[in-house]
Amino acid sequence: MNTTTLLLYIGVMAGVTYLIRMLPMLVFRKKIKSRFVKSFLFYVPYAVLGAMTIPAVFSAAGSMGASLTGFVIAVVAALLNGSLTVVALLASFAAYIASWLIPLF
Amino acid sequence: MNEQKDLSFAEGLKDAVPIALGYLSVSFGFGIMAVQAGIPLWAAVLISLSNVTSAGQVAGVTIISAAGGYFEMALTQFIINLRYSLMSLSLTQKLDKTFKTPARLGFSFCITDEIFAVSSGKGGHITKKYLSGLMALPYFTWSLGTFLGAFAGEILPEAVKNALGMAIYGMFIAIIVPPLKKNKGVAAVVITSVALSCLFAYVPFLKNVSGGFVIIICGIIASLAGALLFPIKEKEDEET
Repeated sequence: MNTTTLLLYIGVMAGVTYLIRMLPMLVFRKKIKSRFVKSFLFYVPYAVLGAMTIPAVFSAAGSMGASLTGFVIAVVAALLNGSLTVVALLASFAAYIASWLIPLF
Repeated sequence: MNEQKDLSFAEGLKDAVPIALGYLSVSFGFGIMAVQAGIPLWAAVLISLSNVTSAGQVAGVTIISAAGGYFEMALTQFIINLRYSLMSLSLTQKLDKTFKTPARLGFSFCITDEIFAVSSGKGGHITKKYLSGLMALPYFTWSLGTFLGAFAGEILPEAVKNALGMAIYGMFIAIIVPPLKKNKGVAAVVITSVALSCLFAYVPFLKNVSGGFVIIICGIIASLAGALLFPIKEKEDEET
């Protein structure tokens, strides 16, 4: 991939993301009133993160077995209210251990 | 109530430490992921320096490595990052009077989920000094972690790299699961979105839809369904 193409992609990403953050702060001075719009915006991050995580996570650590192990450990750690860092590191560690253990069986 | 002392830069830095540590590990995962997707080190770091957002960056890298279109890229970033509009909007109510146009143009660049969460939780008004401290450290570690991850991605053994590919998804899971436990609406939205995303991953024909559009479609349908069936109670959007 050439440098110009990459820079264009990054420019589009950064430009759109910045405008989204900047425009409301600059333009709007009142709060959103519509309960429907507020609800929609409230749910967007969870919907997006869910779709990005599953099924991609099942192949995130190379093999399916290691990825599944990491996924299960991450869910358990998150259910126990582990912090972002703790969950991320435990998931990686579990996948690493599994990638060594699974071929032994 | 007593007159509050203005929030200082040091106070902002202090509140930023846990965010900064979290970003270091997660952006490390992003750096590795980006290099594995064929993005050069400098570009991975530039993405972190110019975007400062995890989900949007991961989706962006996915689109770049699949040579997706620029419109697809813009639309994907728009949908994924739309939530920042609400955060910006909400934050305008918290800023003190010194935030004129240039400050608004500058500070809005670095509004993230965690920075928003911490500054909303702060009592009283937010000062420029405080927000500078709160943003500076996480911004630095987000870029540093990306550099280290992308660099390590070129030298680490395959097994370690693969395992670290889990880190960013681990963070996503840590963001989704706690509210999912407490909130029926969030649970319904996530289940809907995941089910749709699996359809797009495994069903013939649907499989051909490119990654960015899948995220947009799943995100919009699931959030609309959630907004229709489980409208939020007042205040809820500020708690999570």
